[in-house]
Amino acid sequence: MTSLYIHIPFCKKKCLYCDFLSFSDTEYINEYFDALIREINAFDCKKVRSIFIGGGTPSYVDCGYIGKVMEALSRYDIDENTEITIEANPGTLTLDKSKAYRSYGINRISIGLQAWQNELLKKLGRIHTREAFIENYENVVKAGFKNTNIDLMFSLPDQTYEMWLETLENVTALCPTHISAYSLIVEENTPFRNMELALPDEETDRKMYHDAISFLNSMGYKQYEISNFAKEGFHSVHNCVYWQRGDYKGFGLGAASLIDNCRMKNTENIHDYIKGKTVIENDILTKADCMAEYMFLGMRMTKGVSISEFYNKFGEDMTVKYKSTFEKFRDFIEIDGDIVRLNEKGIDISNMIFCEFV
Amino acid sequence: MSNRQSKIRNLSIIAHIDHGKSTLADRLIQQSGLLTEREMQEQVLDNMELERERGITIKAQAVRLIHKGKDGEEYTLNLIDTPGHVDFNYEVSRSLAACDGAVLVVDAAQGVEAQTLANVYLALDNNLEIVPVINKIDLPSAEPERVKAEIEDIIGLDCSEAPLISAKANIGIDNVFDKIISDIPAPEGDENAPLKALIFDSFYDSYKGVIVFMRLFDGSVKKGTKVKFMATNKVFEAVEVGVFGPGQFLPVDELKAGDVGYLTASIKNVRDTRIGDTVTNADDPVKEALPGYKKVNSMVYCGIFPADGSKYGDLRDALEKLQLNDAALRFEAETSVALGFGFRCGFLGLLHLEIIQERLEREYNLDLITTAPSVIYKVYLTDGTQIELSNPTDLPDVTTIAKIEEPIVRAEIILPSEYIGTIMELCQQRRGEYEGMEYLEETRAVLTYKLPLNEIIYDFFDVLKSRSRGYASFDYELIGYEPSRLVKLDILVNREIVDALSFIVHEDSAQEKGRKMAEKLKKEIPRHQFEIPIQAAIGNKIIARETISAVRKDVLAKCYGGDITRKRKLLEKQKEGKKRMRQIGSIEVPQAAFMSVLKLDEE
Repeated sequence: MTSLYIHIPFCKKKCLYCDFLSFSDTEYINEYFDALIREINAFDCKKVRSIFIGGGTPSYVDCGYIGKVMEALSRYDIDENTEITIEANPGTLTLDKSKAYRSYGINRISIGLQAWQNELLKKLGRIHTREAFIENYENVVKAGFKNTNIDLMFSLPDQTYEMWLETLENVTALCPTHISAYSLIVEENTPFRNMELALPDEETDRKMYHDAISFLNSMGYKQYEISNFAKEGFHSVHNCVYWQRGDYKGFGLGAASLIDNCRMKNTENIHDYIKGKTVIENDILTKADCMAEYMFLGMRMTKGVSISEFYNKFGEDMTVKYKSTFEKFRDFIEIDGDIVRLNEKGIDISNMIFCEFV
Repeated sequence: MSNRQSKIRNLSIIAHIDHGKSTLADRLIQQSGLLTEREMQEQVLDNMELERERGITIKAQAVRLIHKGKDGEEYTLNLIDTPGHVDFNYEVSRSLAACDGAVLVVDAAQGVEAQTLANVYLALDNNLEIVPVINKIDLPSAEPERVKAEIEDIIGLDCSEAPLISAKANIGIDNVFDKIISDIPAPEGDENAPLKALIFDSFYDSYKGVIVFMRLFDGSVKKGTKVKFMATNKVFEAVEVGVFGPGQFLPVDELKAGDVGYLTASIKNVRDTRIGDTVTNADDPVKEALPGYKKVNSMVYCGIFPADGSKYGDLRDALEKLQLNDAALRFEAETSVALGFGFRCGFLGLLHLEIIQERLEREYNLDLITTAPSVIYKVYLTDGTQIELSNPTDLPDVTTIAKIEEPIVRAEIILPSEYIGTIMELCQQRRGEYEGMEYLEETRAVLTYKLPLNEIIYDFFDVLKSRSRGYASFDYELIGYEPSRLVKLDILVNREIVDALSFIVHEDSAQEKGRKMAEKLKKEIPRHQFEIPIQAAIGNKIIARETISAVRKDVLAKCYGGDITRKRKLLEKQKEGKKRMRQIGSIEVPQAAFMSVLKLDEE
């Protein structure tokens, strides 16, 4: 079973915090999709577990391009239960587009709202308003999408705790099946890095996070990963593949893949990509790499990692191998029978713990 | 004197730092015709990378030049290079002992400086003929006549015939050669007498073993000669003798009285050759060794520990090798609760300490943790015993101490008169005792202060330079010990004393230093998953406290669309940062924290 990721690196306008690979220039859009479809056609796999069309803003480009991509993918073994997600941003999503996506077989849509307040959206450099989001969301529901995710961010410049609660209340009222809540990271090489930002302090950031967990839980959204929450049965199959180290193939500019314990990455140079030079990095993982990944990816999930599964995969006892780490962070890690997981405090400092595994 | 000896001159060049000693050496080497333009590196004698970067010469080295004099005869000039910094007076002195004369270089704009004087005194101690040379006469600010008068006034050297040169612009170099040949005496000594040679430097070569640099005063030596090192009584058979070509060793058949050259004898143990020792014939030794060198004492001590405990053996080997070329370096094993196994090392001064530290790191690829420097205190106990304390950790319980004495130096500071006020203030702050002031001329003066050595080993030189915009120069000599009200300041991290952070401080400044130290460590030590108190204490009394708050958030929210490699690299980088820290109990302390005490007056 293999999951597929398709990268659409175009946006109407790049957000000020974004360090993902995307362009607002659509000059190469035709050549890009030609190259993307060539790449898809050249790849063989048996059964498809999930598909994710991400970006960039896939909903920004004409939906005919998405149709072509879906057509190219149709030669793979996909059934009606296969989770097929497309990412969308408000301001780019019409009713016709939403209906078209449904007609291509796309059954899940992930919409980036980020914040409920228009003044915050402006600060983030988003192109849309709250009103545009509501209208787009209604279109998605009208078009028949039953599985929807809304992306949110907290710890934003000038965001108060109350604004964050307002966001959560209004978003849960729309009853999406899935909510992602990311704490803003000011990345290198983004405009935010060089701006004077009034960011909430760590105390407020953590209060926003922990209170979101309990609020969302009370509304029926159970946390299953550091930043992800879902109604019963609606966790993202595709995301879980990343954390559980299932095979996945990435198509498109800068896309990453994991196949048979080999990590690959496509070129980030659009000219090279259009010319057909795709994979530029090939990293065959050692057993040690695999063990490290198993731990630091698996422990992102609230269900934790399994001692017996670790033993079956690698022939080593994790409680012996990582004894000193488990001991040092005993206030942050729970060992519950076969399961090892982070507690809520552990999630807060998860990098400090994870770096012990690499 | 034989005809052979009459064609030899053994000399050093001495100068204040930056007065152009190395540039003149380069010129002499270039004009002696031994080197082509292509071979001529910018500063041939300064061949260590570190020296080049710092623009100073650390280790004495030698080179042999062939020069055709005005009389048409070919002369052999052995040029022995000397370091130019206050810390290295000892090295200067041992090089000078191998010479018969010295060229004194004085900057035509800056005139006599503190180290000009210090070097002249050393040369006079060694009975050397001094040839003054005025350099940098091409500078717009050059005042050669004023500087000549200054040398005559302050030092008492006749400058009427002093060559006026610019080593950089290649002006007047021939005059320097002429003065060397006419003024510096040729060596004397009986080549048929028993061998009597002075070791002024040595060098460890992994193929040839120890290479001994020496000046022959009497006798001769060639391949097969059985030689004895008088201090260690070790006997070796010479394998090779030779002279110093530019940047290389040139083997010769024989070295004779008056020559400067080298000897190898498959000497494997670095301790068998002591710098300052006398080499003689094993079968027919001289009765008395040469007076040797001025005895050198370490002034500053600090602990040096390998960041990785398993590198202890490597650190010991590296120190032994450095010691071969640097008799002033002392070390003995030390154990710290916080830092494990390491060495207590003695140095001439803070610059010497820094240079050794950097050489260990660069040349021997060691990752080190260095503790704050300390001087040697004399501690008198109530039971009448006395101990010499070089490690603050070893200070006995206060109740058993009758008194503590600290080393005092006399410092001479030469400076333009406009900076007198600010520099006096600095000396006052450092517990200095004013001794006097003398005007060298209208705009320049010499300030003399008595200062506790422990007040100048950290950052005195840097502050002096910055407060005088680089114009003040400084030299000091140890004059004795005086009683003082000193206390040991302990630092507690997470409620435990970290022995490597303890330091000795005057009672009156303990409170302030304790507070600054706690503040500094709060900045240096990264936050952990729990809160960490930092306390400064004298005995059981806590005098300052800071708290490092716990990490509240260190989490990567987003997974970058399946690019796990990027995430792994971030975690690896984070882990790499931790590796460079020292684990003390459950606290990870960065190496720089152990030098915090040096930087208390920053900001």
